Amino acid sequence: MTNKPHPLSMASLPGLDKRYRAEKRFKFAGVLAVFSSLAFLGFLIVAIALKSAGAFQTYEVEILVKKEKYLELRDQPFIFLQSTMRYNLSGVVNGQAMREAVNMVVDGAEIDLLDHIENLQQNTRADGLGSYSVWVTLSNRVVSALSKQDIGTNLTARQQAWVEGWVANNKVRQRFNVGFLTNGDSRDPERAGIGSALVGSAFMLLVCMVLSFGVGILAAIYLEEFAPKNKYTVFLEVNINNLATVPSIIFGLLGLSVFLNLFGLPRSAAIVGGMVLALMTMPTIIIASRLALQSVPLSIREAAFSVGASPLQTVFHHVLPLALPGMLTGTILGMARAIGETAPLLMIGMLAFIVEAPDNIFDPASVLPVQIFLWAESPERGFEEKTAAAIIVLLAFLLVMNLTAIILRKKLEKKW
Amino acid sequence: MTLSPLKMKRTHSVKNVIEGAIKACLIASSAIAVLVTVGIIFSLIIQSVRFFSEVSFFDFLFGIEWKPQSVTEIGGGKVSGVFGAVPLFVGTFLISFIALLVAGPFGIFSAIYLSEYAGDRKRALIKPALEILAGVPTVVYGFFAAIVIAPNIRGLGSALGFNVAAEAAISAGIVMGVMIIPLVSSIVDDVISAVPISLKEGAIGLGATRSETVRHVILPAALPGIAGGMLLAASRAVGETMIVVMAAGLAAQLSFNPLEAVTTVTVQIVLALTGDQEFDSAKTLVAFALGLTLFIVTLTFNLLGNWIVNRYKEAYD
Repeated sequence: MTNKPHPLSMASLPGLDKRYRAEKRFKFAGVLAVFSSLAFLGFLIVAIALKSAGAFQTYEVEILVKKEKYLELRDQPFIFLQSTMRYNLSGVVNGQAMREAVNMVVDGAEIDLLDHIENLQQNTRADGLGSYSVWVTLSNRVVSALSKQDIGTNLTARQQAWVEGWVANNKVRQRFNVGFLTNGDSRDPERAGIGSALVGSAFMLLVCMVLSFGVGILAAIYLEEFAPKNKYTVFLEVNINNLATVPSIIFGLLGLSVFLNLFGLPRSAAIVGGMVLALMTMPTIIIASRLALQSVPLSIREAAFSVGASPLQTVFHHVLPLALPGMLTGTILGMARAIGETAPLLMIGMLAFIVEAPDNIFDPASVLPVQIFLWAESPERGFEEKTAAAIIVLLAFLLVMNLTAIILRKKLEKKW
Repeated sequence: MTLSPLKMKRTHSVKNVIEGAIKACLIASSAIAVLVTVGIIFSLIIQSVRFFSEVSFFDFLFGIEWKPQSVTEIGGGKVSGVFGAVPLFVGTFLISFIALLVAGPFGIFSAIYLSEYAGDRKRALIKPALEILAGVPTVVYGFFAAIVIAPNIRGLGSALGFNVAAEAAISAGIVMGVMIIPLVSSIVDDVISAVPISLKEGAIGLGATRSETVRHVILPAALPGIAGGMLLAASRAVGETMIVVMAAGLAAQLSFNPLEAVTTVTVQIVLALTGDQEFDSAKTLVAFALGLTLFIVTLTFNLLGNWIVNRYKEAYD
């Protein structure tokens, strides 16, 4: 004990160091709680991002097609594919080898080949033989063997030799998978994309925004600026606050029994989904809009009244423009909730297998979160990375929407 | 002959008519909220009544056998023994309980750290970051629970010698718990900041450390509010759908064991309505009976929770 504390200092109190240690532990528990919550978030995003990596890129192989074979066999696509594979790969001697050869490229590659050749008639190779060179997507099995760098796992010896030959001759190329963002759903993981789901989500969000923003701000204006303080308006307020906490699946049940069964609107259409989501997000928008109206100072209203504006003129010409940024922020945040909502959409039949993008809001549509759900439930392994990639796209949209809301709030909102 | 504007009666002015119409629009918009509530209640009740005309009410509420697949049409008679919802209630309770076990401590300690220890700048950073957890779509959590958490827990369990089901309640519960951490944290934060500063100052003045102030003064004073907040969190957990649809079991099993696969009310609602059945059969109508139960339970939790939190706040005003 070289540094004995002064008898009158705090440090000489009995048990004080123990209490300080308890203090440190308590604070550490708080830091730990915050840190582990955030760590979980980071873990979630990183884990899903890692799983998604493969879905954003695709591998293609250069296939040579003899012109005369194309002209001869173009009405029999599968035989055409077989002959092409025989021409491109050595050792296709029996049925088994042919099956393995065809399995090297994606299902339906014959249609791709014919499509490419029809669109690129002039693109013949300059080797004088008059053959076409076409890049064809590789099958999932070959891709996973290539991307994991160990060729042996899922391929037969013959297939391995072919892959090695292709790689050695630079016939394989890696590309960003544009199809993932533009294609519709498919039974083949290699071809499945989120294109039509994105269109469906856009339609649904449009319906949802028009309805919930319109009704939401009007309701907020009434409650905040005009409603007398009586038991009806109190009931209305309690009602709205409670609606905000009703489980989303209940809104789905409402949509099913009212919009589908009573009004007879089409199943799995964007309009029904949008209406259900609008009912769901409306309370949030009303609450946010009321806060925005409350933050406009009373003096603005008094000034408007004093120059003879009617109550409605006061609100619509003076208060509303000032409150609008806050309302918009609330709406964007509400939309960010709506875009990821899945459960109520399952109730109104939005989980059908839909390939084509919808043309209008009455067409059957598939939306992004439901597409994620469907792929996640699919037993085929190839869909796992597609699911993860679709989630990354969804999270990116959410990030953009939330950032927009934050920037909007910073830029436009006035501090009074 | 046109009337001079000054001689016009107020009631005849175009402005008044238009203003009246606009005001009617405003009132109608806010009435939609009531209409939605009425719509929810009526649609749930009407379909539930149709369901209970085929299935006895007591069988549904107290039966312990849930096998909707094995319904056979017995001409006009009541169906019995296949729609006992007790296993679903137990499963829902179990998963929500696990979720609260996760969200409770993490949420409360985060709130204590944010309100008592973190400075304004740290708070301005951490609070929105925590809110991200609540903004992640539930379908993402469901995928994460099924693909990442469940296999890991299974591996951990078998390493420790437990037999963990592939769709164990615990994996759905943990992920759901993480999802409601921000909810618990923000309610507790509110509740703690409603404790009068004089109580805190008194404790500090007597020489208590910060943690002693929190543990012996603030938390006991805030306890009713925290309890109300947990009730609100429970309501959220009970109504959660996608996480349990993707990560919890589909078959009903009456079990309190978190390592087994249990199913929940929301899962069965989804299952009942996503098949190809006729809409009028008891198999699909049961979704509305379950929905009604869910609505009543969450509404009760919310009203009670809000009432407790508000009463508690008023007590200190």
